[in-house]
Amino acid sequence: MTDRRTILAGLGASLLLPGCERIGETKPVNNLLSSVERLTLDAQRLVTARGALAREYTEAEMSPVFRANGTRQPASASYARHEAEGFANWRLSIGGLVNRPLNLSLSQLRALPARTQITRHDCVEGWSAIGKWTGVQLSRLLDLAQVSNRARYIMFRCADEIGGVPYYESIDMVEARHPQTILAYGMNDRTLPVAHGAPLRLRSERQLGYKHAKYVMAIQAVEDFTSIGGGKGGYWEDRADYEWWAGI
Amino acid sequence: MAKRTTGGGLVKRHRLSTRIWHWVNVIAVFLLIGSGASIFNAHPQLYWGNYGANFDTPWLTIGARADAGERQGFVNIAGIEIDTTGVLGVFEKDGEVRTRAFPHWITIPAEYSLSAGRRFHFLGAWIFGVAGLLYFIWSLFNGHIWRDLIPRRSQLTPAALWHDIRQHLRLNFLHGGAEKYNLLQKLSYAGVVLIILPLLVGTGLTMSPNMNAAWPWLLDIFGGRQSARSLHFIAAFLLVGFIFIHIALVILAGPINEIRSMITGRLKMPKEAPHD
Repeated sequence: MTDRRTILAGLGASLLLPGCERIGETKPVNNLLSSVERLTLDAQRLVTARGALAREYTEAEMSPVFRANGTRQPASASYARHEAEGFANWRLSIGGLVNRPLNLSLSQLRALPARTQITRHDCVEGWSAIGKWTGVQLSRLLDLAQVSNRARYIMFRCADEIGGVPYYESIDMVEARHPQTILAYGMNDRTLPVAHGAPLRLRSERQLGYKHAKYVMAIQAVEDFTSIGGGKGGYWEDRADYEWWAGI
Repeated sequence: MAKRTTGGGLVKRHRLSTRIWHWVNVIAVFLLIGSGASIFNAHPQLYWGNYGANFDTPWLTIGARADAGERQGFVNIAGIEIDTTGVLGVFEKDGEVRTRAFPHWITIPAEYSLSAGRRFHFLGAWIFGVAGLLYFIWSLFNGHIWRDLIPRRSQLTPAALWHDIRQHLRLNFLHGGAEKYNLLQKLSYAGVVLIILPLLVGTGLTMSPNMNAAWPWLLDIFGGRQSARSLHFIAAFLLVGFIFIHIALVILAGPINEIRSMITGRLKMPKEAPHD
């Protein structure tokens, strides 16, 4: 009896455990897991208000030290030049499906009405940090550039590369038009530090940290992102199968 | 012992909704615990409050450190440290020393992948959440929760509790009478169904930044996102404890009879009442 049980348990373990490792890589399971992501997005959008604001905290509730994550110093020569020049010759390009492509300097961005918000940054790994962000609402830039009705996603092209691949991200128009979605040039009452994405980074407050593209060089309005990069809408989405919608 | 489970008549013990829910949960909870351990491994520290990251003080850490060249795994709970080398923090896989909080024989998938862990976790969460909601509504409707799970006031006496503990220590689990479950069973099932499982769902949703925006009261109920993450882990830990005790008692009470009762619904009762 004991022998049989041991054999059964061993058999079960040997079938089950390696099975679990491989089962996730089969096409039907992969499709199932992808449709679960879609289901979560649809279900959350169904029960939550589109315009709901992320909680804003007081200064007393801020993290004493805000952890920098991902790239802390872009390696390219052109970024080094911009950094040395204090980003005086840096321009944010806004293009794609817009009627008025724009190239905006940092001082032009600073001249636009600013929004300051103390919000919580939630990393996909599980940690959270609370910081104060100052910047211009993305919706304002999209209006200035007269974004086309055909645009369904806003892409962010970044100056940093990880493993030789440029970082990029994309969000849909619901998040792009959200009042707390800003391109921040200030953090904790100071100029945005290099480790946190200088000169400009995205804040998409209802999503996890990897969506908050740092070192943003260009914004592009697109109808579809399947032909861009690895086709999944972002660096980590392409590289490691992280969910494109990072609201959970 | 075998005598207790033979010769008696079959009684209907578990209704269909309970049996279906039980086995759906076996699958969902298996997925959730393994994938949850994978997710925990991405940042094996827990905090209280709204925020918590590397520069803040965790109340729980599962980690590894090099001690004179030897890698040592440890669990630190509020400053009290336990050496867990080989099991947590530092373990071996295929003869190779690995440093992760939970080892490969617990996590789903076995090889570290946060994204795969998350996808399996959300699959498990949908199965668990939908099945749990349906079962809860159905059990309120058919009276299962009030009739079978919530202990009666007359039962909740120290004498009754002591009697039940004695019966358990004598490995007398099956009893006749009108009540489906004994007092300890009621307390543990009610605790799991009415406290731990809703706590897991609630704290799970509180970790979603999009849900936080829509339902900010979630943050107020659980005391912030990092507190919710801690409570999620504690509730999962309690659930794992329940599962271990549950399986041990099933084995002690007669596994074939017990497992059959959760498949066909019928439980074979002992010939003589085991009550003294």
